[in-house]
Amino acid sequence: MTLLGKLDWSAIPFNQPIPLVAAAVVLIVVLGGLIWVAAKGWIPYLWNEWITSVDHKRIGIMYCLLGLVMLLRGFIDAIMMRGQQALAFHSAGYLPASHFDQIFSAHGTIMIFFVAMPFVIGLMNVIVPLQLGVRDVAFPTLNSVSFWLTAAGALLVNLSLVVGEFAHTGWLPYPPLSELRYSPGVGVDYYCWALQISGAGTLMTGINFVTTILKLRAPGMHYTRMPMFCWTALASNLLIVAAFPVLTATLAMLLLDRYVGFHFFTNTGGGNSMMFMNLIWAWGHPEVYILVLPAFGIYSEVVSTFSNKPLFGYRSMIYATMAICIISFMVWLHHFFTMGAGADVNSIFGIASMIIAVPTGVKIFNWLFTMYGGSVRFHTPMLWTIGFMVTFTIGGMTGVLLAVPPADFQLHNSVFLVAHFHNVIIGAVLFGAFAGYVYWFPKAFGFTLDERLGKWAFWLWLIGFWVAWAPGYVVGLEGMTRRLQHYDVAEWRPWLIVAEVGVFIILLGIIAQIAQIVVSVRTREQRRDVTGDPWDGRNLEWATSSPPPPFNFAVLPDVTDQEPYWDMKERAREIGQLTRPEPQYEPILMPRNSPTGFVTAFLAVATGFALIWHIWWLVLLGLAGAYATFVVFAWRDHDEELIPVEEVARLDRANRAARSAALQHRQLRRESVE
Amino acid sequence: MSSDRERFEDFDLGSHVGEDQVVGEGPAGERPPTLRSELRGYLIGLALAVLLTAASFWALDEHLIYGPGIVMALIVFGLAQVGVHLVFFLHLTTSPDNTNNALALAFGVLIVSLIFLGSIWVMYHMNQNMVPTRALLQMRGG
Amino acid sequence: MSAPSTALRTGRDPYHMGHGPAADVPEYTGHGAGGPSPKRIVVGYGFWIFILSDVILFSCFFATYTVLIDARAGGPGPQQLFDLHNTAIETACLLLSSFTCGMTSLAVARHNLLWTEITLAVTGLLGLTFIGLEVHEFLGLMAQGAGPTRSAFLTSFFALVGCHGVHVTCGLLWLGTMMAQFPAKGFKESILHRYLCFSLFWHALDIIWIGIFTVVYLIGTITP
Repeated sequence: MTLLGKLDWSAIPFNQPIPLVAAAVVLIVVLGGLIWVAAKGWIPYLWNEWITSVDHKRIGIMYCLLGLVMLLRGFIDAIMMRGQQALAFHSAGYLPASHFDQIFSAHGTIMIFFVAMPFVIGLMNVIVPLQLGVRDVAFPTLNSVSFWLTAAGALLVNLSLVVGEFAHTGWLPYPPLSELRYSPGVGVDYYCWALQISGAGTLMTGINFVTTILKLRAPGMHYTRMPMFCWTALASNLLIVAAFPVLTATLAMLLLDRYVGFHFFTNTGGGNSMMFMNLIWAWGHPEVYILVLPAFGIYSEVVSTFSNKPLFGYRSMIYATMAICIISFMVWLHHFFTMGAGADVNSIFGIASMIIAVPTGVKIFNWLFTMYGGSVRFHTPMLWTIGFMVTFTIGGMTGVLLAVPPADFQLHNSVFLVAHFHNVIIGAVLFGAFAGYVYWFPKAFGFTLDERLGKWAFWLWLIGFWVAWAPGYVVGLEGMTRRLQHYDVAEWRPWLIVAEVGVFIILLGIIAQIAQIVVSVRTREQRRDVTGDPWDGRNLEWATSSPPPPFNFAVLPDVTDQEPYWDMKERAREIGQLTRPEPQYEPILMPRNSPTGFVTAFLAVATGFALIWHIWWLVLLGLAGAYATFVVFAWRDHDEELIPVEEVARLDRANRAARSAALQHRQLRRESVE
Repeated sequence: MSSDRERFEDFDLGSHVGEDQVVGEGPAGERPPTLRSELRGYLIGLALAVLLTAASFWALDEHLIYGPGIVMALIVFGLAQVGVHLVFFLHLTTSPDNTNNALALAFGVLIVSLIFLGSIWVMYHMNQNMVPTRALLQMRGG
Repeated sequence: MSAPSTALRTGRDPYHMGHGPAADVPEYTGHGAGGPSPKRIVVGYGFWIFILSDVILFSCFFATYTVLIDARAGGPGPQQLFDLHNTAIETACLLLSSFTCGMTSLAVARHNLLWTEITLAVTGLLGLTFIGLEVHEFLGLMAQGAGPTRSAFLTSFFALVGCHGVHVTCGLLWLGTMMAQFPAKGFKESILHRYLCFSLFWHALDIIWIGIFTVVYLIGTITP
């Protein structure tokens, strides 16, 4: 056994130009960025205000940033795959098979775990405590640990680009291919350890948010007065708590097979690889609802705000959300109808899969009826929502097709299936994340995003998506299976070239989004959100300034209505002044910043890397470090600090003055109209 | 400073009326419970748990219970003991201040049964469309 | 865009679909109308949720054991391998430790340091005995050539029981830390919260063990 385990120079891909150049570019960008930050003297600021921050808003912003950066990484993979398939007709294309395999595996893994999850969790982080009218999540330091563990997982996946290789197995490493015998390299190990680490972080997030939503709400906020986004966040986090342990257990079994010769899923020794499919989908199906439910919540918020109406069918929406939450645990077998189960198993899971479309349909109709009769304002978030309703309904219908077992026998593992899940994940999760991003950006940063570029981005994405994925349905029905590195069916070729064009239209959409950020930051002084309520919102996140003070609310709001902030504004408009007189300010106790999360993630990366490369001394060192961190953390005495009353009063008075002025202005305008 | 800290101990969390109960803590009654009454609770729990455990081990002796019923009996004893632990050691009740705890438990139990029973059912059915191994061997051997 | 009608502007529900003041919602606790809960309740509830997620983790290993119990690959089965006397002693250790952990809770509630330390020490010793017995059993099996790599059945057995053992070991580390913290820090609010979580964890491990001795050892030995 050597000091560095399996690691040596052959791990660096010197003989493969594409990964080598990519790795070099990434290294230069990261190192350049670090040097630039250090030269500017920003490291103390970053350390004190961001890296060690336990403020839910800051952590949420970092989550979203991680999601956006990883979106670029995953999207580059998408361009390469589509390029390969456009070229590889009767030829080998430009990507060798082993590299192509790693790309489709990395694309799926990154898009689900390190784009969709961080983005959705990030938005929940920023908004849920604000909507609940409280000062932070239940466990602020744990929240920071969660974020940094997710970042650690993302780092490991990206490290595989430079050192070693990534899994060749697809985004879910089905055995026996993923067993040591058929995947002797480190790729599957990178996958498993990255996901174990980030999965632990996600589980903590789930626990944190379930507790926050159930135990920390402003006075008067009954369950039936909670904003819809909080309800969907609750359902999503309940699913995290229930499903992520299953992922942890399943990957642990695969790791035991690979590292110490157990026989869970092997071909020998009586192992049963079907058990892996069974368990991984018992996690995997709830996972898609973990992603999509918060997006449904975002659409609910956006639709009612921009239609100037309360959400139609609020209670039916709650029932639909919770029904989806439960039923999503009863459909997992529809991912492997073709694996040989009998007719009654297949039909029961098929029927359950169709039933889950019913509460989803309830939601679609509720959004439509919310718009009906409202004065709809077509701002960018609303455009994403309408784009979603059309795209997602079509994607959902193809899903119902796939839920029919006999049809699934034809379509299983075809590009039709791939088109279906891109249709629902892009059309619902990603569009939802973008809607939430544009909608809540002013809340997080204090200025709005450029509308013109935002609309460009929306249309390019929407058109690009359909150009890229409508052909998928066609070639899927023509019999094209997924993950083909090359092919020789002439009928598929034109469709695959069209799909490649679609990807480039999406690329233009992404460029528009980057331009949107740049332009908006440069013109931020003109687009300041002074009142904290740029869209005439209805829930409590708009009742505080933008960006909110560290303590969110100087005095916790009293909730008397299902749309608390709209209710407050209505009463204020009636009496012509703010509803609450200036309160008796008091100092506020807030949790102190802590490096625990960063230290934990550092140890996790070291331990994970050591486990992947069999560097056992480093594993022991990492675990000892983890226990030491636990003890040091357990020994802390002062984990909270007092924000002085003057500071509270100063921040809140400024916000009250701005709101008061806006109210007077509106009053004057209304009088002049009348 | 420290007195300030004490004064605002709970301020960050706001005021509240009517507290929920914490799992693992005794019920919050009018008066703090006496050592005797609490000890009695734990002792009853221990006695019941010992009885049920002993019953499980004894049930293995086929003379005591109808053979095919043993598995069912063991499951019943096991579930009963889980209940004893929840009630006497974790102090879980059905009172309104325990609603959230009990609901969370119900959700957990639902998921555990779906995963456990579902997996067994699904995996049992995986061989549904296969030729039985014995028949296959006979075909080869014959 | 026309000005919205006053009915919409009031923010009330124009179609009576469940909006507006919810006067029918009961005010009693558990429905959370009273504002944020104090820290003790938040911490206890959060840890309760964690316990439930941990039970779900175990349910996967239970399912795998049940599915793979017949996959012996020509190797030995539960009837040849399991020594139920050993299991009975392990069960007794863990059940008694759960009880002494309850005694610790009584001592902690009364801020009695001596009894807290004594009962914690007893709990820890019982836990250590349990782990010792389990390690002994595992080593014995491996010596007979019935290690986890022998067959899928043994794989799932070692994984399930071993996962529980790892949990107990972590619990013992935690217990040691708590034994150091009570004298060092006293019965502070934060230490009390932490002890509450520890006791939940320890009781939960015993509940998992009920599942293990019933499903793995007892039902395991009577299945042919």
